[in-house]
Amino acid sequence: MSRTKGAMARGISLHTALIAGVLLSIFPFYLAVVMATRTSSEIFSYPPKLWPGSHFGENVGHLFDNIDFFGSMLNSLIVAGTVTVLVLFFDSLAAFVFAKFDFPGRKLLFGLMMGIFMLPAQLSAIPQFVIMAKLGWIGSLTALIVPAAANAFGIFWMRQYMTGAIHDELMDASRLDGCSFLRQYWHVALPVVRPGLAFLGIFTFMSQWNDYAWPLIALTNPDHVTLQVALSQLNSVHSMTDYGMVMAGALLALIPLLIMFIFAARHFIADLAKGAIR
Amino acid sequence: MADMKTAPAAAIAAAPSPTGTAGAAPSGGRGRIRRHWRLYAAISPFYLLFLCFGLVPAGFSLFLAFQRWDGLGDMEYAGLSQFRYLLADTQFWDAVVNTLEIWAMGTLPMLFIALVSAVMLNSAVRFKGVYRFAYFVPSVTSVVAVAVIFGSIFSTSFGLMNAVLRTVGIGEVAWLNEPWGIKVAVAALMTWQWTGYNAIIFLAGLQTIPTELYEAARVDGAGPVRTFFSVTMPMMRPVILFTVVVSTITGLQSFSESQVLLGRNDGMSTFAGGPEHAGQTVVLYFFQQTFDNNDFGYGAAIAWAIFMMVVVFSLINWRLVNRRERARRPS
Repeated sequence: MSRTKGAMARGISLHTALIAGVLLSIFPFYLAVVMATRTSSEIFSYPPKLWPGSHFGENVGHLFDNIDFFGSMLNSLIVAGTVTVLVLFFDSLAAFVFAKFDFPGRKLLFGLMMGIFMLPAQLSAIPQFVIMAKLGWIGSLTALIVPAAANAFGIFWMRQYMTGAIHDELMDASRLDGCSFLRQYWHVALPVVRPGLAFLGIFTFMSQWNDYAWPLIALTNPDHVTLQVALSQLNSVHSMTDYGMVMAGALLALIPLLIMFIFAARHFIADLAKGAIR
Repeated sequence: MADMKTAPAAAIAAAPSPTGTAGAAPSGGRGRIRRHWRLYAAISPFYLLFLCFGLVPAGFSLFLAFQRWDGLGDMEYAGLSQFRYLLADTQFWDAVVNTLEIWAMGTLPMLFIALVSAVMLNSAVRFKGVYRFAYFVPSVTSVVAVAVIFGSIFSTSFGLMNAVLRTVGIGEVAWLNEPWGIKVAVAALMTWQWTGYNAIIFLAGLQTIPTELYEAARVDGAGPVRTFFSVTMPMMRPVILFTVVVSTITGLQSFSESQVLLGRNDGMSTFAGGPEHAGQTVVLYFFQQTFDNNDFGYGAAIAWAIFMMVVVFSLINWRLVNRRERARRPS
């Protein structure tokens, strides 16, 4: 009897601690909602308001007057969407080759790719900027899309996935049937690695959507930027005056990705954790 | 977001093992390469992009580190003078110290809280999915939006931190104007954003520990604390090392947190890192020298210095991993 009571007490304190963690995780989002629905004078008053107000529409109106919100959101969508499609294609194609074929230089090329992981982005940032300026890409979304179109992480991830998921018997059978390389990729490999592609796609889209440092440098025209850069501009100019508006911007910029994450979360978190402990 | 965080995961786990290789018939040199042209073509996009936007630029930036160049005019050979200047440049070394301080203040509590949370999550039977979701959400949200929100929390006049301090009778703190306050704010942001992520990674590691080990420890009469230190910790070592490596590499290159939090439109460079440059990390300093001062040559020298820092810390981590391998192998 006392044993079960002790277990119950332990359970309660455990969940209390875990729920406190949940509240800490969620609280900043809640605070953003509170501020996005308040006027500046309400925000600047003491004691601070801890429940939502009724001025969300007003703040959003100011936001749309001050920045081209939907224009920059469209830019973010174009960049993240295009990069995701390109990464899925190029990375899975290369991963298919590394997972299922042997050819001269295979180990060397794969090792080289893994080494590249470690290079910090700053190392190539200046010449990359100069090269792109010469190509006339600076200021356009091309500067963000092209260098991101294939990456080592995705190739590595998909290779791991394909090695286990595509059985050699399937490869042999398809070759006996006279399948060309591209047909094998399209009809044999891709159908069985869809879950792996789903993870890589969501992961790529999210990182591109949230990317900030390079877009800040490469998008030199302040009227033609991605959502993150627009939000940062808004913050640096108006955070002393119209906080409700800035918060409304932060909140609206978060929502598309949060919705996406809510639907993808279960498999996404499991896949990411699996990748890390392998 | 997590791309930097996850990427080295793969790097560490990388053990290229040829599996299920098909269609390889030995034949002589060039003919063999020509026979496989489709395969080379299929992997070429990554290598071409890397060549154009990674390797060639990295080489060019090494060349630039020995030149004076504003990006427009003629280059002027500078020899080692920029590296000599770097060694004596107090703002650079301050930035190194800032980076390390912020990294230590943000990462160490983060990993500790994450480990404790993971152990708790592992013993919770119910609501695991809900907890995992809530703990993970901060890591997928954009650092810009998070920095905007944290800017309000640490605001001197209306921030929640100061409201709490005022309520309990301690005076206000000008968080984003005081050198140490700035570091606390940046570190708090990082801790908030990445603790849950690391907890989930730790949780995945905990779940791979065979339950028989815990059974055996219980039979031997080990209490929960003893069990934690002689079963959980040794088994978790690779995962802990992974998170340390990842957070070190990303921590040394932190940029966005300070840039958004402190890049106010007050006439200073948005890469200045706040009053007295207290929040200026090395990458921020790199951006300031390069893109605000148009000192491309010196910027390149800084970039190579950052690279060396990353290499040194990676080597230290690698040594730690190796020692583990040696210890594990029976001699």
